[in-house]
Amino acid sequence: MENIVIIGNGISGVTAARHIRKLSDKKITIISAETEHFFSRTALMYIYMGHMKYEHTKPYEDWFWKKNRIDLKFGFVQTIDTKSQTLSFKDGESLQYDKLIIATGSKSNKFGWPGQDLNGVLGLYSKLDLDALEILAPNKEVCKRAVIIGGGLIGIELAEMLTTRNIPVTFLVRESSFWNGVLPKGESEMINRHIKTHHIDLRLSSNLKEITADNDGRANSVIVEKTGEIITCNLVGLTAGVSPNIDFIKTSDIECDKGVFVNRYLETNIENIYAIGDCAQQREPIGNRRSIEAVWYTGRMMGETVAQTICGNRIAYKPGHWFNSAKFFDIEYQTYGWVFAKPKEGNAHFHWKHEDDTKCITIEFEKNSNLFLGINTFGIRMKHEVFDRWLTEKRSADYVMEYLKDANFDPEFYSTFEKDILANYSNQYKTAAL
Amino acid sequence: MRTELNTSMSLAKPDSQALNKTQKIAVAIGVLGFFILILATFNVNFPNRVFFLTTSLVMMSLGTILFANNAYLTKTKGIKNDGVWFKSISSRGIWGWATGILLTAFYIVLYFKAEWLGLASKNGENTGLVALFDPLSRLLNGGPASQWFVYGTLYTVAILVFGYKFMLKYRHNRYELIRTGSVMFFQLAFAFLIPEFMARLNSDTFHLPYYDLKSIWPLNYYNFEQYRINDFISAGNIGLALLIFGIASIFIITPILTYKYGKRWYCSWVCGCGGLAETAGDSFRHLSDKSQFAWKVERWVVHSVLVFVTLMTTAVIYSYLGTDSSKYWLTKNVFLLSVAGLLTFVFALVMIFRREQLAKDAKYGAIGYFVIIMALLGMHYFSGTDKVFLFDASTLKKTYGFLIGSIFSGVIGTGFYPIFGNRVWCRFGCPMAAILGFQQRLFSRFRITTNGGQCISCGNCSTYCEMGIDVRAYAQKGENIVRSSCVGCGICSAVCPRGVLKLENDSMKGRINSNEILLGNDVDLMDLVNQK
Repeated sequence: MENIVIIGNGISGVTAARHIRKLSDKKITIISAETEHFFSRTALMYIYMGHMKYEHTKPYEDWFWKKNRIDLKFGFVQTIDTKSQTLSFKDGESLQYDKLIIATGSKSNKFGWPGQDLNGVLGLYSKLDLDALEILAPNKEVCKRAVIIGGGLIGIELAEMLTTRNIPVTFLVRESSFWNGVLPKGESEMINRHIKTHHIDLRLSSNLKEITADNDGRANSVIVEKTGEIITCNLVGLTAGVSPNIDFIKTSDIECDKGVFVNRYLETNIENIYAIGDCAQQREPIGNRRSIEAVWYTGRMMGETVAQTICGNRIAYKPGHWFNSAKFFDIEYQTYGWVFAKPKEGNAHFHWKHEDDTKCITIEFEKNSNLFLGINTFGIRMKHEVFDRWLTEKRSADYVMEYLKDANFDPEFYSTFEKDILANYSNQYKTAAL
Repeated sequence: MRTELNTSMSLAKPDSQALNKTQKIAVAIGVLGFFILILATFNVNFPNRVFFLTTSLVMMSLGTILFANNAYLTKTKGIKNDGVWFKSISSRGIWGWATGILLTAFYIVLYFKAEWLGLASKNGENTGLVALFDPLSRLLNGGPASQWFVYGTLYTVAILVFGYKFMLKYRHNRYELIRTGSVMFFQLAFAFLIPEFMARLNSDTFHLPYYDLKSIWPLNYYNFEQYRINDFISAGNIGLALLIFGIASIFIITPILTYKYGKRWYCSWVCGCGGLAETAGDSFRHLSDKSQFAWKVERWVVHSVLVFVTLMTTAVIYSYLGTDSSKYWLTKNVFLLSVAGLLTFVFALVMIFRREQLAKDAKYGAIGYFVIIMALLGMHYFSGTDKVFLFDASTLKKTYGFLIGSIFSGVIGTGFYPIFGNRVWCRFGCPMAAILGFQQRLFSRFRITTNGGQCISCGNCSTYCEMGIDVRAYAQKGENIVRSSCVGCGICSAVCPRGVLKLENDSMKGRINSNEILLGNDVDLMDLVNQK
């Protein structure tokens, strides 16, 4: 029986395993050095916040794996010998595979800052990070202030987490406005204000110079670049993005760049070895996507795809329309299609914001043809299925604005804003044709 | 490192969970109000009961309101579950257990030793706690209080003040605001005030049974007992109207509303048990057991209770009906035949139209129970004894009243809130929920819609489902949630950080769906795999 081994028990690896099991009777082994069972990484923050316990973040009960004949192995893979198709573990054990799927995910970025490896400095990606955080910052007595470096999705989550334990947070963001490499100005600025209403000391256009330590080698302050300001703190969160977690692979024959190089079929340069999820790097980016996509949904889709290939139906990874979501403190964010921070050439943005400063939308469309390209929505839930269809049908921006209420997914009895949005849009853009 | 560190056991207690000064004052006020009730229970004779009762109720309410204001109004609108699993009261800690034991003890005394609360023996005067409530009882219904009046008053106050707390907590969510307003209204008006005012109408010649109009058979399992039927019939047109309303409630109104809106119209908008669970019980909703094992137990237990109540009620009605059709058309035989006919009708409908939707074991269950009922009926016809179903009707009734009416719904259902969660009774025991759920699963427009591929499997929805439904298991497959136990509280949708869940009434077509591969993927692959 063919032996499929998967390194990594995150969403990518587990999805691949589940689908291989559905399609075949192959032997499946999932290896992890993080936790015994699959859990939802995106839910780590809720454990620290006390919304859930670790056990609640496991999407499948513990009996699931045995019932579906998916072997779980807890261990740290040190080397991959692609010739003999053998994995060697840190503890000296080894394991043979017929087909190998690398799904090792990411690790937090560190950019060579002085002091970045001190005790008291951490990223927020793994369960181990969370355990460390619980020890370093259990409350505001032990952790009198935290400084977070890097204004992305993980940074704002870490800020929210610490706030729930009343720990004062200084948030150093390199950009002039939160996440404005991705979000258009109006949205980014609304989030800036929202961050401040949660009593976060938000410092825009601020870079880390170095992290200093006390006599015990524990981080005790952060020095800001240019101003030289010293911010005393007990915890430093490094949340300037993530990169593929593939150090142990770089010594093997498997070709890597930042991530493990894969073709459209998620195959590496070595036969019978595949890479999926955060750690995979497309040789050529797909459409507007990045060559490395560190997103929950893309990891899942790659798992679904590679399972087909491994089970004899070789197909390419062809993701559909881009979508994503996040939550910034109290404000939910969804995106469908492409909305760029600044409209691409030939495109325009229409932006609407509610007066309560917690809801807004931005759509991007082609100026000449009025073709709808994508939407960002804050504080209003929208239907994935509807936008996916409209993008496929290549609807115009006029059409999307006209029928926006069909895409509304807010709970019953919620106030709706489509009329107001349409009126605003019509004032600015609507072509005479409609 | 292989740590499965339990954060609630961290060495240093998360500081944010400690009460602040305002909250401590609020707790003190509430406890003082409660202390008056304790003193009364221990037979302290208050000189001015009106004053002390009012003070007690006002202080308890005020304490809760102050606490809620401080806990929620000082923060921005949004989900407020911070520290739920760190707080002793809401994570089965020492305060949780203490509260559970106290509540359970109270229920046992209430149901079985009401005299300890000061209930008067025949022709005597109330003393203790019950006597403290005499003035309010006289004001409303003209008579002295009973233990049930005390209970009803406290129950209503709890729904109102904790309802207020709930509304602050979810003030960003209009569905929750309106729904909570509804349960508060139905408790205050229908369960509490109207029956008391109805009691005022009673005289020597006219007597209506105590009737909470929204309490429908079989939840109100005694609604068709002989003494009530006699009361209804002897009370002229009003009585007859009430009796017809009682029958129509379960056979006409309930099916229509459940078809249109799902069982939520009752369980989380109207019902008093649900009302208490959603308000006072909100802090315990995450304690429900989500395991598949619990689901299996739930299906067997709740449907068994339904069979039990049906048998019991049939037996009770049967026992007081006559045999002479010339005196009254509804005789023992006609009644039994109509019960058998109705069950057969429902059974046939399900088997003809919904056979393929029933999971295997549900089908076995349905067939099994149907056979049992028919066999028991058959036995009666062929044995010809006075007993129905081999048992004495009054024994059945007493057993049901004790096991289900008192122990299950009261002692376990509410007493164990802080241990098993707030919907134990609704989930495992309520026969009304079983009927509504059966219909919701098979003949209803209600479902919880999931949003394409947006689920991140975080588990908030499952954790905060008071009915122990593993919502995530559906959401991460992009499958609509059509479950008989769902009471439509809407909290899964509220706590979802990605906007994945929506409660909806829509057409029956395509209500139950299941995708192997979710939206956002390669269109060809989705087609290929989902077509299977």
